[in-house]
Amino acid sequence: MNSSALRWRAFWGMLLRDLSVLRREFIAFLIRTVMNPLMFVFVFTYLFPKMGQGFQSPGGVGFGTVILPGLIAVGIFFQGIMATALPLSVEIGATREIHDRVMSPLPVQMVAVEKIVFSAIQSIFAAIVIFPLVYFIPATQVHVHVANWATLIVVVLLASLVSGAVGLTIGVSVKPQQIGLIFGIIVVPVTFLGCVYYPWGLLAHVRWLQIVVLLNPLVYMSEGLRTALTPSLPHMPVWASLLALTVSLALLRSTGMKGFLARILS
Amino acid sequence: MTTAPIVSIEKLYKTYTGKVPIEAVKGIDLSVATGELFGLLGPNGAGKSTTISVCTTRSLPTSGKVQVAAIDVIAHPAEARRYMGVVPQYNTLDRQCTIWENIYFHCRYFGFGSSQASKRTSELLEMFKLSERGKSFVRELSGGLAQRVQIARAIAHNPTILFLDEPSAGLDPQSRLALWDNIRTLRQQGITILLTTHYMEEADELCDRVAIIDHGKILVCDTPEELKRGVEAQKIFELHLRQADGSALAARLQQLREVASVESFSEGLRVFTTGSDGILPRIVEIAGNNLRDISVNETSLETVFIKLTGRDLRE
Repeated sequence: MNSSALRWRAFWGMLLRDLSVLRREFIAFLIRTVMNPLMFVFVFTYLFPKMGQGFQSPGGVGFGTVILPGLIAVGIFFQGIMATALPLSVEIGATREIHDRVMSPLPVQMVAVEKIVFSAIQSIFAAIVIFPLVYFIPATQVHVHVANWATLIVVVLLASLVSGAVGLTIGVSVKPQQIGLIFGIIVVPVTFLGCVYYPWGLLAHVRWLQIVVLLNPLVYMSEGLRTALTPSLPHMPVWASLLALTVSLALLRSTGMKGFLARILS
Repeated sequence: MTTAPIVSIEKLYKTYTGKVPIEAVKGIDLSVATGELFGLLGPNGAGKSTTISVCTTRSLPTSGKVQVAAIDVIAHPAEARRYMGVVPQYNTLDRQCTIWENIYFHCRYFGFGSSQASKRTSELLEMFKLSERGKSFVRELSGGLAQRVQIARAIAHNPTILFLDEPSAGLDPQSRLALWDNIRTLRQQGITILLTTHYMEEADELCDRVAIIDHGKILVCDTPEELKRGVEAQKIFELHLRQADGSALAARLQQLREVASVESFSEGLRVFTTGSDGILPRIVEIAGNNLRDISVNETSLETVFIKLTGRDLRE
């Protein structure tokens, strides 16, 4: 077998291994994917309106419409942390069980790429699982209109890959014992300041924050999905979201791969 | 046995950079022939694992050239890995997978198709008497069993050379004997094996050739028999003395015909003898009251190491 055919087979073998592990932990995957958006949508878009305390949203649309793209974006982003950062940190730092994959005939960088790709597969799956929850549960009608399927697919793909690259970068940078801190230091602020619960355009009221959050890749995921799913709401121009996601992917992929190599090779 | 080298190391240097740079390997030249069972023997920190790490593409050398199966491991690491099986010092079995899956997916990483990988996995589990453990997870295995799975996994893709880094470290005596049996069986099947160890019995018992390594350099390399023959002594008597200065006693012992040499060490004197039986009472008599304790070592690779470095492997 020539080298490039062997490399593809090795890459495919690693995806199969990851899928097999995911299949075994499918219930856990569903719970961690569904619980946050389910509770959020239930309380803020079902209970609150029932209690007469619904949020006011731009253009008179229900809060459900505002947060549908945001919660899907969070679901996508969250997989990068859960599917890549956490296991990778343990596999490299504690048990060193990544060794077998690193010793395969696949270049070490490609082992890192496989991690990103598998994370992206989980992210896409998470997006599909979350959509019906955030669409059907809200008490007020959710306005979804996909004007351009190509945009939706490209945004979901890019967002999923960026999340995997974020997971890779965190996984190779953080020791297993520090992984709990990641939620406090990264996940919580990134989520709350990721234009998940409000469109970026409305941050114009707090101009400095509107500029600062541009460093947060989740903003472009939320805004990109807003463009693709709920175009009736204010959103960033689609080219801006796509460009920022592409740049984020390039930067995070390169940083993550460098970190991976540095951790593997002495 | 053919003589074509399967591992060839030339002028290998490795310095770990950091706040305090560590020169782990300081100019190693080594060649392992196809079919050989070769041992790198030395104390902890001698540079054995670093040498193996470079050979197995996990570490980049500071300088030097390493070829495995005629492939430059520094220029073409992924290609070189096709031909090597590696069992590192620590347990790197995939905790998320069963024992069966550990071997099956390893086969898939090396290009096996699904049915071919399943067949090879079952074959290996049987060969290593692990068939009943196929559905177990790694956390359910003892150290000895885990080591067996690691070896089974490492040879799953039929490598031409198997690297074993301290294979028996941390194993109980029974598991160690079982491991030695496995290694001998693999050798009979024609796999070249390069192992590192700090147990001289292991090197003596298993290896065709042994390189003794210390402070990042190879001190000597030959068959265990030749190495032992090279030490002109049949026995070493270690005299633990009451008085620190044993120089006068050393001079007196040196006069005995059977005494090849006398060296001092922290506790007293080491007397290397070539002679026949009956030397012990004479040594004890000469040492007199100054003698606190005595131990006798038959010539072993440890004797060789002591002779070469002036200290034993455990120091």
